[in-house]
Amino acid sequence: MTDNKLINLVNITKSYNDNIVLDELNLYIRENEFLTLLGPSGCGKTTTLRIIGGFESPDHGQVIFEGRDITKMAPNERQLNTVFQKYALFNHLTIAENIAFGLKIKKKSKAYIDDKIKYALKLVNLEGFENRMPDSLSGGQQQRIAIARAIVNEPKVLLLDEPLGALDLKLRQDMQYELIRLKNELGITFVYVTHDQEEALTMSDTIVVMNQGYIQQIGTPEDIYNEPQNAFVADFIGESNILPSIMVEDKLVNILGTNFACVDTGFGHNKPVDVVIRPEDIDLVKPEDGIITGVVTSLLFKGVHYEMEVNAHGYDWLVHSTDLVPVGSEVGIFVDPFDIQIMNKPESEDEEAVELEL
Amino acid sequence: MVKRFFERFYIGLILVFLYAPIIILIVLSFNSSKSRSKWGGFTLHWYKELFKNQSIMNALYTTLIIAFLSALIATIIGTAAAIAINSMKKTPRTIMIAITNIPMLNADIVTGISLMLLFVALRYTLGFTSVLISHITFNIPYVILSVMPKLKQLNPHTYEAALDLGASPVYAFFRVILPDIFPGVFTGFFLAFTMSLDDFVITHFTKGPSINTLSTKIYTEVRKGIKPEIYALSTLMFITVLLLLIIINRRSADKKEPVRRL
Amino acid sequence: MKIINVLNTKAPKSNLQKNGTHNLGIRNSKWLSFPYILWMAGFIIIPLIVIVYYGMTTNDKRITIDNIASILNPINLRALRLALELSLISTIICLVLAYPLAIILRKSKMKNNSFIVMIIILPMWMNFLLRTIAWQNILERTGVINVFLKLLNLPSLNIINTPGAIVLGMVYNFLPFMVLPIYNVLIKIDKDVINAARDLGANGMQTFMKIILPLSLPGVISGITMVFVPSLTTFVISNILGGSKIVLIGNVIEQQFRVGNWHTGSGLSLVLMIFILISMAILSKYDKEGEGSGLW
Repeated sequence: MTDNKLINLVNITKSYNDNIVLDELNLYIRENEFLTLLGPSGCGKTTTLRIIGGFESPDHGQVIFEGRDITKMAPNERQLNTVFQKYALFNHLTIAENIAFGLKIKKKSKAYIDDKIKYALKLVNLEGFENRMPDSLSGGQQQRIAIARAIVNEPKVLLLDEPLGALDLKLRQDMQYELIRLKNELGITFVYVTHDQEEALTMSDTIVVMNQGYIQQIGTPEDIYNEPQNAFVADFIGESNILPSIMVEDKLVNILGTNFACVDTGFGHNKPVDVVIRPEDIDLVKPEDGIITGVVTSLLFKGVHYEMEVNAHGYDWLVHSTDLVPVGSEVGIFVDPFDIQIMNKPESEDEEAVELEL
Repeated sequence: MVKRFFERFYIGLILVFLYAPIIILIVLSFNSSKSRSKWGGFTLHWYKELFKNQSIMNALYTTLIIAFLSALIATIIGTAAAIAINSMKKTPRTIMIAITNIPMLNADIVTGISLMLLFVALRYTLGFTSVLISHITFNIPYVILSVMPKLKQLNPHTYEAALDLGASPVYAFFRVILPDIFPGVFTGFFLAFTMSLDDFVITHFTKGPSINTLSTKIYTEVRKGIKPEIYALSTLMFITVLLLLIIINRRSADKKEPVRRL
Repeated sequence: MKIINVLNTKAPKSNLQKNGTHNLGIRNSKWLSFPYILWMAGFIIIPLIVIVYYGMTTNDKRITIDNIASILNPINLRALRLALELSLISTIICLVLAYPLAIILRKSKMKNNSFIVMIIILPMWMNFLLRTIAWQNILERTGVINVFLKLLNLPSLNIINTPGAIVLGMVYNFLPFMVLPIYNVLIKIDKDVINAARDLGANGMQTFMKIILPLSLPGVISGITMVFVPSLTTFVISNILGGSKIVLIGNVIEQQFRVGNWHTGSGLSLVLMIFILISMAILSKYDKEGEGSGLW
């Protein structure tokens, strides 16, 4: 991946009636990247997307596209296209007319347009739908038409606003593969908005986790999952045990009164921190082999694994394991130093609030 | 900025157009000259005279009672009908809606004449009842069209939930459905009342010689000159409704105070 | 085919409504419509049959087409033609005035829909006849407009008792019936549909012509019907603002009934009904969903 910054958002601030939605947001999007804005509702992700698309204008800040400031440019003049949340198909036009809409405006030849319609319908696996009307299509089909309508214009960037939100689970999973395939075939940049962490982890090159108008963390799916930078990210992405702890010294952390070996350095001495341990990273072993011991208090079968809660040192540890340990058993808890993720405590009141809200 | 100004200006012009005659009528109600086209100075005389004028007060009474009764009956029949139409299959539903549209789209003059001919054919003496029946007839569609959208928004399972929790159908209707569609029912009643009050043509044909509503009374006076008391009366009615609506609007605006989202 | 789909965009549909029914779960709710069906049969359908009967018979109960044919009488024909002309003009003026107003009202994002409806129907609480009479005050030779023109040293206008005054009266009285249906359709257009058109490269004008206008067509059609029919058939407005010399078809019919010529009057009403039926047919073609939602 090149380091070419295709879109650069500089100090974007946006508020609606005193309600700050985005606060001094800085973000760049590289060419050919599948970038996902991920966060709970009201975190500012959709607003960010709409500012890139030109449907909202920021109160302050700039949108730079290929080195040009497009902050004040109208949406119809921008070289990017959007797939809207509820598809926003033109219900009075046929599928072919929907797809041709942008091309007709650009006064392309009829042959070119017909060609493009065929190509786009093939791309989204809906050949032969030219003369159907949008509301005779299922939700998933409408979704694909919305994508086809956008991509025939050969945008440099495709903006997708929770495009799978209205689909049911199975269809959503199928569409995730479709989108990845499309992205690879087209070789363009995708900016994708979702609140679904699984969707984000599956499809993205880069994930931007947002909350309350602030970017919490930017990174690859692996980074975000394995090394969350704060409690919000840890909690929002996947399930986790977040434990208030003390960083005794480099590579040694005191969790609930017991010292655990870890691999992080540079947090200082005897400093309060948060520790994240993913449930699948906890090994349940014989009591004598564990770093600490506890008692299994609940057990749920989850298909791929069992979900257990182990009460140890006054905390209910969430554990995922393929081995069944009956309720009431005494077990040892072992965590590989590499699986202990240390995070700084939230500094500001704002971030504190975030944690409480969840 | 310029565009915004033009938009405001345009709305302003339309409002002036819609309300200019009303302002003229209000001004006339304070005009001490009996002539419509001369200003003779400010007076409250006509407001005092109004309450002494038995024929105007009679016409007002008839108008209000017909408006109230016709709106009430139309609201009951119309709301029931809307609920039934709402749960009908496509074809009967389309037919019902088409029939509902007839009195709304048909010319008043045709509706008025056809009803008059019906009453005459039945040898039914034209009078209070024939006017009331006619008003109910053209009011029902307004109620149905106001209630239908509210029924659409209703979650169809709430009624079932009420039954599931042991409510009788009647109890469930009054406690679950009616509160939800009430704004529509109220709008329907209000529209029906207004339409009845404002109607002239249908009343003109179906009233017979024995009674007068305000509309028909005014019509008989068009040629010989309107009594200024009538201006005073309409001003009072207009102001009353205006104040009422402002109060209702304030109330509902207060209620709509948005809940702060986190 | 396309037209049907224009209509389907009117209201955001929930899945529950997809098949056209929306049962609240009230079993046997059908009986609730019986009073209404009886009422409409008795006071809408039967009266229309009666008027057809009167229109096609003579005083001594013989069948005739003379009543209907009396429309061909030059005076009646002229009244019909004038009524058609004036109502057509006022319908066009209403459309031209109402569409921009509806667009502006939509843009104003006034969440309070009922407030707009209220402002527009509020004048109805001043009697319709009185409001029309007030226009005499504004238009007549010594009226408000002319006093104003005189102050500006401009020549006075002679509007009262002309067809122009009648058109003005029609526009004044029926403008709300054009504004409301158009406004109602416009506010139902999803903002993102418009954004999508912009996103695909359409400028403001193209978005309007290709998206907003076609999607608002059902409202426009309702509005046209709601203005055209009452304008065509009025006798009060022409009476008050047109003086005694200008006669519209409505005046002719009213006159026939006043002098007791019920059969001729009914015959002429039947002629009027042909025009009304045409309007209704056009409207129902555009209102396939059959909700009448465009009306209010």
